[in-house]
Amino acid sequence: MTDRNRLPVVQDPSGCAGPEGGASRRDFLRTAAAGAVIAAVSGCKPDAVVEELQRRHLTELSKERLQEMLGKLEKKWSAQYGKKVTVGARPPIPGVDFAYGLDLSRCIGCRRCVYACVKENNQSRKNPQIQWIRVLQMDKEHGVSLQHATPYYDPEKVPEPGHFYMPVQCQQCRHPPCTKVCPVKATWKDPDGIVVIDYDWCIGCRCCTAACPYGARKFNWAEPNLPAAEMNPVTDYLGNRPRPMGVVEKCTFCLQRSRDGRYPACVEICPVGARKFGNLLDPESEIRQVMDRKRVFVFKEELATEPQFYYFYAT
Amino acid sequence: MGILEFLKGAAGQVVTGGKAYKAWMALLVAMIVVGLVGYSRQWNQGLLATNMRDQVTWAFYIGNFTFLVGVAAAAVLLVVPAYVYHWKPIKEVVVLGELLAISALTMCLTFILVDMGRPDRLTHIMPGPGNPNWPQSMLSWDALVLNLYLVLNLVVVVHILYRAYRGQEYAKWFVVPLVLFSIPAAVGIHTVTAFLYAGMAARPYWNAGILAPKFIASAFCSGPAVMIILFQILRKTTAIEIKDEAIWKVAELMAYAMFFNLFLLGAEIFKEYYSRTEHLLYTQYLWQGIGNHRALVPFAWFSLICSLVAFLIFVVRKTRMNWVTLNIGCVLIFSGVYIEKGMGLVIPGMTPDTLGEIYEYRPSAVEWMVAIGVFGLGALVFTTLVNVAVPIMMGTLRAKGAPVVPPGTEAAH
Repeated sequence: MTDRNRLPVVQDPSGCAGPEGGASRRDFLRTAAAGAVIAAVSGCKPDAVVEELQRRHLTELSKERLQEMLGKLEKKWSAQYGKKVTVGARPPIPGVDFAYGLDLSRCIGCRRCVYACVKENNQSRKNPQIQWIRVLQMDKEHGVSLQHATPYYDPEKVPEPGHFYMPVQCQQCRHPPCTKVCPVKATWKDPDGIVVIDYDWCIGCRCCTAACPYGARKFNWAEPNLPAAEMNPVTDYLGNRPRPMGVVEKCTFCLQRSRDGRYPACVEICPVGARKFGNLLDPESEIRQVMDRKRVFVFKEELATEPQFYYFYAT
Repeated sequence: MGILEFLKGAAGQVVTGGKAYKAWMALLVAMIVVGLVGYSRQWNQGLLATNMRDQVTWAFYIGNFTFLVGVAAAAVLLVVPAYVYHWKPIKEVVVLGELLAISALTMCLTFILVDMGRPDRLTHIMPGPGNPNWPQSMLSWDALVLNLYLVLNLVVVVHILYRAYRGQEYAKWFVVPLVLFSIPAAVGIHTVTAFLYAGMAARPYWNAGILAPKFIASAFCSGPAVMIILFQILRKTTAIEIKDEAIWKVAELMAYAMFFNLFLLGAEIFKEYYSRTEHLLYTQYLWQGIGNHRALVPFAWFSLICSLVAFLIFVVRKTRMNWVTLNIGCVLIFSGVYIEKGMGLVIPGMTPDTLGEIYEYRPSAVEWMVAIGVFGLGALVFTTLVNVAVPIMMGTLRAKGAPVVPPGTEAAH
């Protein structure tokens, strides 16, 4: 990796450090009691039931429990996909607040970002086809208007005359409407600005998809279809690891990359340099350069979601 | 021991009934089987078996859920006029209303369950084993209040029936406060359900303060429509006495509720069409369609016509007091509200979606099958409960050795 591809963020050499706190007596009692009830009702093997119930909410897991869980997942997926799969739990880096800039005057609507994202983040390829980035083709005569936008354009060559392109993905809002409505706290905003989902806690009610103003949240309507050959084995628990059926997923600024100091896949692939990314708290970062020198705007500002995703016209 | 005997007596009553009763029960069981077949397909394929997609992420199931919360709320609210106008069988009105609420809630919770991507993680929403997102998430509140309301109704009904079964008067100090509490609770469950939608700024069609009052008004139409028809059936088939005046009064109250509902609808339509902002699109999709996308349009107008005709039937004294027109009115008002508050509420909220795409939703075969099953289940619960409750209230079903005369004020006449 060249230096150009390094994100100038503070590195945490310790790697995985799970959420704080040890397993308390109360946790244990709760798990045990619930386990007894479920075992009685379902008649399942007690081992499997206990294991499922040990899947406490992520913030309630001790470091050891978390590592044990990640280890099991690594083993399971390594066997399933026939390659060495790693599952990290990269914590947010102190002193980092990620933000994204998208230059609408440069974007040509080639959708390379869409496919780089799918590849990097292990999205389901078909039935259901899941894509975290949606590129909208808009009419120049109407400006940014959703009534005159379509994601279904398929010309020989882009950009087409009379049109411009607006890619939309999770805006990592400072006031995320999606986390507010979640009935089980399966999604939350981390201190580095990234809104994450615990795919193993999500109940699939789709309140968040209804609440998101940006269509960023995608549901696994069926068992995800991820060919073993195309599976990206470097994963993170809250990021790009394989998802189960019936849960919601979305863009995480490629946290398995960005929290390691790398650019998100969409930034790296963009052939015209329309995508900028970095740490808002670092005055030298690319995103701060954009904010200082260009005029930025946010999408649907009237909803007061305060995205950490800025659009701008560089030229 | 007493409870066991009570359950045994009740169970005996469930299988007791004439030919019509048995045929009806067989039909309901068949409906449930259809639902199970549909759901097993959904279980294997995932929600891909429905026609919901990321653009329209809630649909038929959640529409039915919303409508039925209204039925559950309004059935109990009939206690208010029963008390205010001193209807003779107030205890029967309370018990029957609560039985309808229990059945409607059974359907509500089942519709939520079949809509979930991971029903196996249901415990995650429970306090204790789970992690409910209070006070922020309206759905976690809805799950709480709906279950509490179900328990509340069950406790009151079981207490009254158990005591009556043993030939005893119910404990007033216990029942009266609970029934009084169930009135604001009924309004509460429907308000929370309305807030579930109204709180979403991403969906301008729902994001309106008018939604909760509109929910309550339309609930006062749909719930009592079921009760009016039930009262007439019970009067004919059992010894329960329900005066004509009581039924007509309910119909009159429904007329006022429908007037208010139509007024709120008019206010919404004026605001949308007069100001003509980009938010008009959703209303337009419902009433006029957008381009070739007109799936909801005939239903929207059919619903409006049903509601208007029913309003006229209930507001005119002569048609209100005519049994034929009255029952037609009940069917019309039920259909009108069913469309308005089910598909007419949920689908336009998501069409076009938040990025302007129009995905025209129609329920899939699996969704129809599952919905038929859930309605079959609700009707089965209701029929069973009524079939047990009525003879107990009439004093014909009693524990061995219990006094035969039904207790309470009704015993006097």
